[in-house]
Amino acid sequence: MNPALWAAKTGLDAQQTRMAVTSNNLANVGTTGFKKGRAVFEDLLYQNVRQVGASTSQDTQAPSGLSLGTGVRVVATEKTYTQGNLTQTGNSLDLAISGRGFFQVLLPDGTMGYTRDGSFQVSAQGELVTSSGYRVQPGITIPDGAQSITVGKDGVVTVQVAGQTAPTQVGSVQLFDFINPAGLQPRGENMMVESAASGAAQSGTPGINGLGMVEQGSLESSNVNVVEELVTMIETQRAYEMNSKAISTTDQMLEYITNQL
Amino acid sequence: MDRFLYIAMSGAKETLRAQTSNNHNLANASTTGFRADLDAFQSRAVAGSGYASRVYATNSTTGWDQTQGALVSTGRDLDVGIKGAGWIAVQGVDGREAYTRAGDLRVDPSGMLMNGAGHPVLGDGGPISVPPNSSVMIGTDGTVSVVPLGQGPETTALVGRIKLVNPAPETLVRGEDGLFRTNDGTDAPAEASVQLASGVLESSNVNVADAMVNMIELSRQFDLQVKAMRTAEENATTAAQLLRAT
Repeated sequence: MNPALWAAKTGLDAQQTRMAVTSNNLANVGTTGFKKGRAVFEDLLYQNVRQVGASTSQDTQAPSGLSLGTGVRVVATEKTYTQGNLTQTGNSLDLAISGRGFFQVLLPDGTMGYTRDGSFQVSAQGELVTSSGYRVQPGITIPDGAQSITVGKDGVVTVQVAGQTAPTQVGSVQLFDFINPAGLQPRGENMMVESAASGAAQSGTPGINGLGMVEQGSLESSNVNVVEELVTMIETQRAYEMNSKAISTTDQMLEYITNQL
Repeated sequence: MDRFLYIAMSGAKETLRAQTSNNHNLANASTTGFRADLDAFQSRAVAGSGYASRVYATNSTTGWDQTQGALVSTGRDLDVGIKGAGWIAVQGVDGREAYTRAGDLRVDPSGMLMNGAGHPVLGDGGPISVPPNSSVMIGTDGTVSVVPLGQGPETTALVGRIKLVNPAPETLVRGEDGLFRTNDGTDAPAEASVQLASGVLESSNVNVADAMVNMIELSRQFDLQVKAMRTAEENATTAAQLLRAT
């Protein structure tokens, strides 16, 4: 069928994907530690219908050729790792990362997940777990009878046990960083998993080697900018309408020739 | 058969091609750094004996729109937009130097600076490698500097300079992959006057209002060509009827 129709169809597809990314961003405007995504567009390959510079005679060349573009595609949806706002919650098990880095979590399938959502809880066994119940790695166990839990900026976890005067250190929260965090694969539940594009996880102590600090009693809010998303949505909608108009116009042209001849 | 049927047919065919190109521009109305394709009809007279009445139209790509797209602020450190004329040099899949205006850069796991489509960004001496860092900055002249891991902002290290070029527009051609290359196969020299803005992306320079009007115009033009084809058919039918009547 006519390439004019297909070029416009790729435009519709791409705008549809962009709309899905925008809606996902808007839906997660209140998700702790969420990082906004964006669709990266690229023009599709060009078809060389007539080669520019082809010889028109022994010593003359065509000054212009005809190369027809075939549309657009979404080449990637990438996450933007800018810092979200830190909001005070006062809950001693809420941790936020101020700067680079991720918390490491053991997923049920045995692989490691990485998250910036630090709304942790204590399981029945006293282990520090995420709100989905996945254990933080390296594991931290809060002893029975702990009166208060303190997490330092460097991730050291100390507890005050009833009947003891000195606080006890029970472990420390490690942060993990990647050379290309945008290459992490999102898998829902605020979790990312390592991929070939992200590089291997490098562990470190919070605040050292460029890693961020751990802030106790705060949560990192989503970095989605609502106004930006709404403007993107308007742009997407109009671009979608125009591509749909291009399809109907091409269709009318083809309809006209079918009816007339 | 009357020759003018073929002339009208070539007109309709080329108008559909122009519509394809216009639809391609519309489809890329939100592609970062996209340059709108420009095309024009050219008349091609058919040489031969008799009265020279046969002039076909062909549609050809005459270049691309050189106007600046809007710079949209994204706040991401690795997003760069070119202010005014100029191009970012990247390495195409064929290994040759190619040029693009899309500055959605990122760092791959081996530390190489890439653009959004996955082509390595070229510095003055080949691809730029970015060491592990806590922050990356790109200066207005394309200088890439980082704060290495574990060091304070006072130890900013220079890791390279993005090659920015500004060859004459007529020496550039768009390849099948959408990247631009010089038509004589040589690499364009680095140009110090090209300026980058960091934290912004250049949007597509497709003027959608123009493209919509162009679409209507092409559609009407197509209708006229079809009408001419229809007339050719009617002429032939009438001629056949006259012959039958005698």
